[in-house]
Amino acid sequence: MKNILGDRRAAFVLLAPALAVYSVIMLVPVVVSLGYTVFEGNAISGFEFVGIDNFVRLIGDARAHQALLFTLKYALVVTIGQVVVGYMLSLLYVFGLKRASSVVRTLVFFPIVMPTVAVALLFQQLFSIAPTEGVVNSMLAGFGGVPVDWFGDGGSAFVVIAIMDIWRSMGFYGVLLYAGLVDIPEDVLESARLDGASGWRLVRHIVLPLSLPVLISSIIFSINGTLKVFDSVMALTSGGPGTSTSPLTISVFDHAFTYGEYGYGSTLAMLLTIICLIVTIFIFRGSRRDLTKDGPR
Amino acid sequence: MNTTQSTRMLTTSGSRGQRLRVPRRRSVNRFRRLPLWIAVTVLLIVVGYPLIWLLLGSFKSQREFLEEPTWALPQQWSFENYATAWETAGLGSALFNSAITVVPALFCMLLFGTAAAFALEVLVWKGRGAVLMIFLAGIMVPAQMILLPLFSAYFQTGLTGSLWPLFLTYTATGMPLTVFLMATYFRAIPREVFEAATLDGASIYRQFFSVAVPMMKNGLFTVGLVQFFFFWNDLLISLTFANSSKLRTLQVALLNFNGNFGTTQYGPLFAAVSINVFALLIIYLLLNQSIQKGLTAGAVKG
Repeated sequence: MKNILGDRRAAFVLLAPALAVYSVIMLVPVVVSLGYTVFEGNAISGFEFVGIDNFVRLIGDARAHQALLFTLKYALVVTIGQVVVGYMLSLLYVFGLKRASSVVRTLVFFPIVMPTVAVALLFQQLFSIAPTEGVVNSMLAGFGGVPVDWFGDGGSAFVVIAIMDIWRSMGFYGVLLYAGLVDIPEDVLESARLDGASGWRLVRHIVLPLSLPVLISSIIFSINGTLKVFDSVMALTSGGPGTSTSPLTISVFDHAFTYGEYGYGSTLAMLLTIICLIVTIFIFRGSRRDLTKDGPR
Repeated sequence: MNTTQSTRMLTTSGSRGQRLRVPRRRSVNRFRRLPLWIAVTVLLIVVGYPLIWLLLGSFKSQREFLEEPTWALPQQWSFENYATAWETAGLGSALFNSAITVVPALFCMLLFGTAAAFALEVLVWKGRGAVLMIFLAGIMVPAQMILLPLFSAYFQTGLTGSLWPLFLTYTATGMPLTVFLMATYFRAIPREVFEAATLDGASIYRQFFSVAVPMMKNGLFTVGLVQFFFFWNDLLISLTFANSSKLRTLQVALLNFNGNFGTTQYGPLFAAVSINVFALLIIYLLLNQSIQKGLTAGAVKG
């Protein structure tokens, strides 16, 4: 009986198609991409060996530094925003709305399913100033403020990008964290309440420590996604005005397909990959330590 | 005061615990819940109003956009904007391009991915743990890392100019998450099921198609749904490989409405976005439970 489930040939046959597609289209390109970093050129004009030139260029490239900075700033702000707002939503669902939360949860979750391009076009109009005032500027004017040209400079455009991505994904993180919160045993909460803990103190000393594991995984998911942001920025500002809202991902795209510099593009992509790995390992390590210390779940 | 509060607290979050029935003073209770209702109302406006504004905008004329205040209702309910959007953006052919790449990619990804997960989780052989890790590593790789070599490869093999690059890239990039999730689901099935099937004389392939796949129906549905949204809403891969007007997918076609180019025709823009959003809303309303469950399970992809 062990024989049949241990049939190596069958295992190979079942595994082969997936492994072949995955290797040819993901693993090999990763290796080739690493190789590209010591070349310059593109698919049409051919490649030329340039040694470590791309890395030297990266160190002195002010625009790459700006892109790196934007990526990190975006990842930090949006990750904090997504997880904090999501956590507040999940607390609202569990302790505020209780059983009635299903309808609200369903509605607030919806934007994550919407196409990013559609959301971006919607936000362009919500925040537009001319020739027609969007809702946000109309509201500002209504409260006696001055309408803002949101996409006129990098700083305010960044605000819109951050608001948009938090708006899109807060319901998603709300549901993700909600799943963690409803797992907290009822008797633990009950005894804490009998001891007089309520409101903020209950959250701070009981709920927060107990939901730490799911909170940490949310942060990892979120930062892993925000570091790779492309669609929302591309559709909302295309990295503009100028390159002021251009993250590393858009720089890669620009260098490769606008300037035909696959080598330098790959170098930027490698930088991004390394950052993703470091951040994930860092957070994962940190969470492991905390888990063994507190030992909940 | 203190006692009413603690008894009220006892009844909170009663998703599982028994609910104590305590008579409460309604007016006090209602007053205390006021902040909650304000919070919920604000939340519903923040999420709902942009969508309603979008829908209303899709019926307005260019003149209304420029002259009327932005919260005004449309003066007539005509579907003219929808017809214009459909024609000028070529949404019909874009929809066709999206469907003809996403559906086959989903099918191949699910079939191959489930077979691989079956081989890695149910079958017993040396080195299967390592192969599973190789698949998992793919979840971390940013798409930018593979796009440039793929672009060269598709160019050299002459696939550029067709929808094959999109189909292949989707199938492959969906593979790690599919293998990972399906392996998780297979782990939950008792081994006795397959041992019994073996005793009944079923071959491995028979077991895969007649036992494993039917048992995985829910898992397949969930994973398929998650990946459908990833593929359908993808911009990066389709912008890279299907940028010509003939190959345009829905998202690339929509991107061309971007106000950065020329005078914006607001009505058709709102109509095109509405088509995209509200078509998905219908799917979402029908399947929202599975979608919420699936997307949060697929969160590992980030």
